[in-house]
Amino acid sequence: MERFAALLDGLIFTPARNGKLTLIKEYFRSAPDPDRGWALAAMTGELAFREVKPSQIRALVLERIDETLFDLSYDFVGDLAETVSLIWRSPAAAAESPPRLKDIVEKLHAATRVDAPARLAGWLDALDATGRWALLKLVTGGLRVGVSARLAKTALAEWAAVPLDDIETVWHGVAPPYRELFQWLEGRAPRPTIAGQPTFTPIMLAQPLDDADLDKLDATGYRAEWKWDGVRVQLVARGDQRRLYSRSGDDIGTAFPELVAAMPAGVVLDGELLVMRDGEVASFNDLQQRLNRKVASPKTMAEFPAWVRLYDLLESGGQDLRALTFDERRARLENWYAARQPAMMDLSPLLPFQTWHELKELRAGARGRGIEGIMLKRADSAYVSGRPRGPWFKWKRDALTLDTVLMYAQRGHGKRSSFYSDYTFGVWRGDELVPVGKAYFGFTDDELRRLDRWVREHTTERFGPVRAVTPELVLEIAFDSIHRSTRHKSGVAMRFPRIHRIRWDKPASEADHIDNVERLIS
Amino acid sequence: MSAPGSPEDWLRVTANGLYCEPGDFFIDPRWPVDRAVITHGHGDHARAGHRRVLATPGTVAIMRHRHPGDATSYQPLPYGEALSLEGVDVKLVPAGHILGSAQVVIDYRGQRVVVSGDYKRRADLTCPPFEPQQCDIFITEATFGLPVFRHPPDVDEIEKLLQSLMLFPERAHLVGVYALGKCQRVIALLRRQGYEAPIFMHGALFGLCGVYQAQGVPLGALQPIGGVAKTELAGKIVLAPPGAQNEVWARRLPDPRTASASGWMRVRQRAKASGIELPLVISDHADWDELVATIDEVKPGELWVTHGAEEALLYQASRMGVTARALSLVGYEDEE
Repeated sequence: MERFAALLDGLIFTPARNGKLTLIKEYFRSAPDPDRGWALAAMTGELAFREVKPSQIRALVLERIDETLFDLSYDFVGDLAETVSLIWRSPAAAAESPPRLKDIVEKLHAATRVDAPARLAGWLDALDATGRWALLKLVTGGLRVGVSARLAKTALAEWAAVPLDDIETVWHGVAPPYRELFQWLEGRAPRPTIAGQPTFTPIMLAQPLDDADLDKLDATGYRAEWKWDGVRVQLVARGDQRRLYSRSGDDIGTAFPELVAAMPAGVVLDGELLVMRDGEVASFNDLQQRLNRKVASPKTMAEFPAWVRLYDLLESGGQDLRALTFDERRARLENWYAARQPAMMDLSPLLPFQTWHELKELRAGARGRGIEGIMLKRADSAYVSGRPRGPWFKWKRDALTLDTVLMYAQRGHGKRSSFYSDYTFGVWRGDELVPVGKAYFGFTDDELRRLDRWVREHTTERFGPVRAVTPELVLEIAFDSIHRSTRHKSGVAMRFPRIHRIRWDKPASEADHIDNVERLIS
Repeated sequence: MSAPGSPEDWLRVTANGLYCEPGDFFIDPRWPVDRAVITHGHGDHARAGHRRVLATPGTVAIMRHRHPGDATSYQPLPYGEALSLEGVDVKLVPAGHILGSAQVVIDYRGQRVVVSGDYKRRADLTCPPFEPQQCDIFITEATFGLPVFRHPPDVDEIEKLLQSLMLFPERAHLVGVYALGKCQRVIALLRRQGYEAPIFMHGALFGLCGVYQAQGVPLGALQPIGGVAKTELAGKIVLAPPGAQNEVWARRLPDPRTASASGWMRVRQRAKASGIELPLVISDHADWDELVATIDEVKPGELWVTHGAEEALLYQASRMGVTARALSLVGYEDEE
């Protein structure tokens, strides 16, 4: 447990992704089985306890510490697990040696709500402050140490020197504490068999394409579809099991139970998850309402109806179709769709075109809702996981831009901790600037140094790590789309904002007005 | 209201700190006075401009270094030697806080008051340990006066730093330390754990390290980063005053991993909020257990609490049957 506690402690303080990966890899290298498997399960959200409630933890600590002293301390620290871990007094001679992570998992799973608190107290006695903190975070659910399931799997892949796709492929066919997975990764056992399991197949991604690249390609060899503005998903129905996966292989089925229930048997499908009303694709914001929830209520399902627009068919009737050409898979997809007429799904239509010029015109005319651009897929392309160069391209519609004024700058983290690198920018509403977004990339290192110097020389006020600056510098911001949002003061939220150009030359008075922003809202 | 002859008649709390009327001296006053008794050299206790200063030789050396132009007349008083100031006996005994730090033991009319100044009970390679003195009134600090503060062994924290050097050999390890006390203690701990490499330092730290070395505290090779190639600082320890990681100076370091040595690092959210990646819980103040054990040991008739989290300590004293009050002295900082 001490090693796992040190890992969590390190992760919570290390903001950079690479630093986190280093710590997790070192843990996988040094921790024994099955502890590291349980740790992996905890980090990927596959391990949950319901045996201990916060009120029981409070009761345990008050058996040992005066209530007034506890309350004064809790008031200062502000977090129950941390307060208890620091204030806990172990008896002079701790009866038990510190528990291993596996002991905690196994014994707590076997415990009842009645005897769980006593077990917990024994472990708290045997651990040090960091160990107690990690234990309490583990048993009360939610580690919150800034590690996503994907990051944990990435660390596993890097540690074992295998492609991440390989981990994702077997992931849903293995279970905590993943003994067979670690045995395979260490070359001590064959790859875990996943036949018949509803596992995830890493998806095929497209390369970005510029207009200039287009003329090098032969238009007759490619098929085109709209690039829909939702999230990529994979629907897997094998045997009597059904799963809905995100593009990174997370099972998101509980948030979309109606889609899972409606999934026809015996297929693996690739598509775009959307919210659809009366045949119209709703805004990405509407989809967010569904994605943000772990579980969907009937009201949410009615208000934000989910839909899948199908792109591809990877498996049918137990037959793997990925080696077939796109045209062959498309024909099978269309036949399958015509025969089954599945609910809450339709086909992403192929766009008719003869020349790139025709396609350009189509793309220029498509400013409508729900379209991000165009996908180009080579007619003879097999379905290959990852982002192979050549067979598929995404040709996004031009980004929108606004001229904004820099209002606040915040210090970055890690390598950028001495630089003001996060910029909040606004547009004019009368004589006043209203903030419309925040961006922290899109500039070179040289530009960052120059921006940092400018911020330091134009500071008007400081609020901790944030500086307010004189409203004089114009930033041209590029973004994919802009939506109404109640979360932001200005009432709008940008998708994917980045600094397109720094307009050192342009007077702030010529920056955009809020009316221009309103006009761009989709 | 106090009983006749009680120390409250001759030791008062003023806006300028504690004042002993018959002896006509202030302890750690905020503004210039005729005669000051100084517990230790930290800036909020040892201010400039007093006419006469009574302090340990170590504290005098620190004050001379910090206030070079001062016309102050310094009177060094070694640990344990008594001196009479207008009939008030004053003695300085080790407080274990930093080099030269002392408790002020005041005897007058058969009563003894001990002003602890800032203190700790852990061993410190750079100064002699705290010596408990039984007394009628014990005046204590309470910087870490909450039971959540229990400092771990300092050696474990230094090992955390050395482990991190191995795990991140491509990154400089920038450790935030206060220039007086923490800096030298961290260096001494590193040396004891066998770290023999030169320790790189921000320019602001050299002066006081020189004072320590002149007072006989060995610190090994110390080196400025000026002129050193960035790549050579990978996997090296660089000490700097707190907050230097946010300064332009820090750009000379390769991808610095920021550490901080302070008792406040015990509380994760505090450490996180200050952008620290590697918190090192190393404190020069007594933790909760030390505060409570010290009260138990010196068995004061009364406990006066100067600064810090006094509410919990006052409550704890009452549970121990010790009369306690908060002095609410102003002007001292919780920083360390």
